[in-house]
Amino acid sequence: MRDTIVSKEDIHEALVIRHSEEVQKRLEAGRVAIAGLGGLGSNVAFALTRIGVGHLHLVDFDVVDLTNLNRQQYFLEHVGMPKTEALKSELLRINPYLDIVTDQVRVTEENIEMLFNNEDIICEAFDVPECKAMLVNGVLEHFPEKKLVSASGMAGFESSNLIHTRRVLPNFYLCGDEVTEPAYARGLMAPRVAICAAHEANMITRLLLGEECV
Amino acid sequence: MIQITVNGSKVELENPVTVTEFLTSRNYTLTRIAVELNGAILPKSAYSATTLTEADTMEVVTFVGGG
Repeated sequence: MRDTIVSKEDIHEALVIRHSEEVQKRLEAGRVAIAGLGGLGSNVAFALTRIGVGHLHLVDFDVVDLTNLNRQQYFLEHVGMPKTEALKSELLRINPYLDIVTDQVRVTEENIEMLFNNEDIICEAFDVPECKAMLVNGVLEHFPEKKLVSASGMAGFESSNLIHTRRVLPNFYLCGDEVTEPAYARGLMAPRVAICAAHEANMITRLLLGEECV
Repeated sequence: MIQITVNGSKVELENPVTVTEFLTSRNYTLTRIAVELNGAILPKSAYSATTLTEADTMEVVTFVGGG
């Protein structure tokens, strides 16, 4: 089947078969921003796209590097391309009718308010700890009404079961083992980063469907 | 003595200290944390002006690298 002949209604019907009409209606009304499109963000975006979340806002300043391919959802032909552009093109191959907007920009304390004003849920998916802390502090200070799902600690190949989701504040969820940072021979690897990304994606899905507990 | 709770553990302070002083004395890297004080986020700009008082409950979330 060529993707160009699949209608919006066809995709909606297929998703309803899997999810039910009432669930799909809520997912399609969902508005999620993803800050950072590396191993966490690209996997979160794929998961939310596959279940038909209606609006995604993808934010990253960087381009795809060959060393990203050990865990991030890109292909060789994307190396050198902005991650925003590469990821959007991939997601539209899954569902061309989603509203996907991108900002190829570095997130700073100064632009947080402007960048994340239009979504109800913000996914922190950065790599650098100072960037994670900056976004979390900024979002919680500027947007107390929004939901924030963040991640910390997913490097190496420690047990899968150390990765958890924790509700730190009523509107702030933290996923990961909270301690394992990349080290020599214990770098970021696809399996464990994907587990953590799936924790973020599932918490976001729960929030979209009205479940606020972990 | 001032008794507070930090990340679930009881901590006794001999003298009143600000959040900045407490975090620095415990070797936290201020650029890698978020602080919740009594159930609400404490803005970074308020760390130096906020003095910890009896029965305060603080949680310090420390971010590590990787994504």
